[in-house]
Amino acid sequence: MEFVSTPKRTKAMKKLSFSSLFAQLLLLLFVIVWIAPSFGLLISSLRDKDVLAISGWWTSFINTEVNEIHRTLGMDSQYEENGYYYIEDNLFGEDKPKKISSFGITSKDINAYTVGDVATFKDQSEITVDENGNYSWKSENEFTKKKGKRIFISATSPPSFTLDNYKEVLFKEGLGQAFINTFAVALPSTLIPLIICSFFAYALTWMNFFGRDLLLATVIASLVVPLQMCLIPILSIYNDFGALFGVSSKSYPGIWMAHTGFGLASTTFLLWNFLKSLPKEMMEAAKVDGATHYDTFRRIVVPLSIPAFASIFILQFLWVWNDLLVGLVFLDKNPSEIILTAKLKELLGSRGENWEILTTGAFISMSVPLFIFFSLQKYFIRGLVAGSVKG
Amino acid sequence: MSMFSLALTVLIGILFFVMFFHLSNFLLDFYQIKKSKTLTYENSIRAVIFIAPAFIVLFVFIIFPVFETIRLSFFDKRGEVFVGIYNFAWAIKDPDFRRSILNNFGWLLIVPTLSTFFGLVIANLADRVWWGTIAKSIIFMPMAISFVGAGVIWKFIYDYRGPGDEQIGLLNAITVALGFEPQAWLTIPLWNNLFLMAIMVWIQTGLALVIFSAALRSIPNETLDAARIDGASELKIFWSIIIPYLQQTILVIWTIITILVLKVFDIIYAMTNGQWQTEVLANLMYDWMFRGGGDSGRGSVLAICIMIGVIPILGWNLYQHRKEQKL
Repeated sequence: MEFVSTPKRTKAMKKLSFSSLFAQLLLLLFVIVWIAPSFGLLISSLRDKDVLAISGWWTSFINTEVNEIHRTLGMDSQYEENGYYYIEDNLFGEDKPKKISSFGITSKDINAYTVGDVATFKDQSEITVDENGNYSWKSENEFTKKKGKRIFISATSPPSFTLDNYKEVLFKEGLGQAFINTFAVALPSTLIPLIICSFFAYALTWMNFFGRDLLLATVIASLVVPLQMCLIPILSIYNDFGALFGVSSKSYPGIWMAHTGFGLASTTFLLWNFLKSLPKEMMEAAKVDGATHYDTFRRIVVPLSIPAFASIFILQFLWVWNDLLVGLVFLDKNPSEIILTAKLKELLGSRGENWEILTTGAFISMSVPLFIFFSLQKYFIRGLVAGSVKG
Repeated sequence: MSMFSLALTVLIGILFFVMFFHLSNFLLDFYQIKKSKTLTYENSIRAVIFIAPAFIVLFVFIIFPVFETIRLSFFDKRGEVFVGIYNFAWAIKDPDFRRSILNNFGWLLIVPTLSTFFGLVIANLADRVWWGTIAKSIIFMPMAISFVGAGVIWKFIYDYRGPGDEQIGLLNAITVALGFEPQAWLTIPLWNNLFLMAIMVWIQTGLALVIFSAALRSIPNETLDAARIDGASELKIFWSIIIPYLQQTILVIWTIITILVLKVFDIIYAMTNGQWQTEVLANLMYDWMFRGGGDSGRGSVLAICIMIGVIPILGWNLYQHRKEQKL
C-alpha cells in the first residue's frame, strides 16, 4: 500500500529533511556573505555623505539616536498676547525634521524633560517643546536678550536616502564623461573582433587552404598568452607610429585594435567551436546551388550564429568594459579619454576617504555590467561555459 | 572630444571593417562573373580576404610581440644594447621580484583551490533547495563587475578608523563588536595578501559555480539514486560519486582560474599598489614599464615569468586539440 511506509523509509526521509534544512542554512550563509559587500556599496552610495562618514551602512535602516543643540529665536521675534510674551518657532528650522523624545535646558542634564513637559528657566519663563521640534516660550516679562536660549534635544532620525551623490559624481567629478568614453572604447572593441573573427572562423572551418591546421594551432596557443607578454612591443609600435605620422600614440583607434588583438583568439576559438557544429550538408548544398563563400556566410552562417554572436558579444563587451590595464597603457588620462575603471582608480588615490564619491563611482561603473548580467544572464553563462579561456 | 565627434569616430571605425569585407567580396564576385575563371583561383583570393585582417591583427598584436618581448629581455632599458642575461640576473637579486614570486605562488595555491571548493559546494547545495537559482545568481553576480569596482567594494569593507571612533568598515565593525581592537587590515604583511585574495575568490567562485552546475546535471540520476538506496550518506555520495565524475571539470576550472591569477593586476594596483609586501609580477611589470621612462628589458623579464606559468597549460591545450582533431 502506498500510505504504509516502512520504518526504514521514514528514518531515511527524516534524515533527508534534516540534511535539506542544513543545506538551506549553509547556502543562506554563503548568499549573505556574497551579497553583503555589494549591498553595502549600493546602500552607502544612497546615503547622505555626512552620515556615511560617521556610521556604518548597516545602521541606515534603523532610526538613529542623535543628541543635538539648537538655539531658540531671540527678543526680535516675540509677540504679546493676554499680558504674556511669546516666542514660537521650530527648533530644526531649515534642517530635516527629526522626532524628539526628550529635551533639556542645561548642558548638565540634557534629558531632563520629556516632550510635552514644561521647563522653567531661572527667570521664570516657561518653554514647551513638542516631538516635531515646535516650541513655545512664554514669559510674563518682555524678552530682553538678542540671543535665544540653548535647547538640548535627544531625537531619532528616520532612515533617509538621497541621489545627491550621483549628481555630484556624474557631473562634478567627471564620471559622466568617463562613462561615455568607456562606451566609445567598448563598442568598437567588441564589434571589430566579432566582424573580423567571424570571417576568420568561417575560413578555418569551411575553407581549405595551406597551413590551416597550423593557423588553428596558433589561435589555440594564443588563447592563454598573457597580455603582459604583448604590451611592451605594441606600445613601442604605437610610439613609432605616432612619431612617424606626428599623431598621438594614445588614441581610440589604437585601443580598439589592441583590444581586438587580445580578444581575437578567444572570439575566433568560440566561433570556430560553434561553426564546427553546423551541418556540413547545408554548406555543400549551398555550394552546389552556386553560392559563393561570401553568399553562404551572409545568408546561412550569420543568421544561424546569432545566439553565438550574442554570447561572444557579451563576454567581450564585459571584458573590455571592466578592463583597467589596457586602458591605462593605451589611453591618456585626460578627461576626454579616461575610462571608468581608470577614473575610479584615480579617485581611490585622490579621494580615498570620500566614501560617498567612491561608492557612487563604483556603482556607476558597475551599472552597465549589472544591467547586462540581469537581462542577458542566459547568454553570459552560455558563453562562459563554452570556454572562458582568455589570455 | 565632443560627444558627436566621438560617436562619429566609433561609427566610422566599425563601418570601416564592415565595408572592407563587403566591398572586397563584392568586387571579387563582380570580376568572377565577368571572367568566370576557374573556381580554385577565385577561392584562393576569397580565402585571403577572409583570413588576412584577422591574421594581420594576430601577427601584429600577439605573435610578433611574444617574440619581441623575448628579444627585449636580453636588451637594455631602451631595447638598444644587448646585455645578455643581465636583466634576469637583476631580477633574481631584486627583493621586490622575490616578494612577487612568493606572493604569486601564494595566489596560485589559495585562490584556485578556494574558488573551486566553494563553487563545488555551492553548486551542490543549490541543487537541493527550491531557491537555488536565485542563490546561484547572487553568488555569480561578482563575475560581471570589474576588479577595480570589486576593489572599491572591499576597500570599504576593510576600512579602518582609530580605536574609539565608530567603524564604518564591516570587518572592523565585527571585530570591535567581538571585543577586539580594530585593525588596518591591508597594511599587515602576509595577512594582507589573504585579504586581497579574498576578493578574487569572491569573484571567481561564481565562475566555478556555473560550470559545476552545468556539469552536475550531466551526472545520471540513476547512479545517485542507486547509491541512496544502498544507504550511502550524502557526504559519501559527494566524495565517491560526484567528485570523481567531475574530475575533468575541476581541472578545467582550475586552469582557467590559474591563468587569471597569474595575471592578477587590477586588484593589487587599486588596493595597495604593491605596498606592505603585496607586490605581484603583473603589478611590478606595469611599474617597470613606466618607472623612470620605462625599462623594456626588466619589464620583459617580468612578462616572461608570467608566461612561463602558462606554458604547461598551453602545451596541454595543444595536446588536447591534436587528440580531438585525430578523432
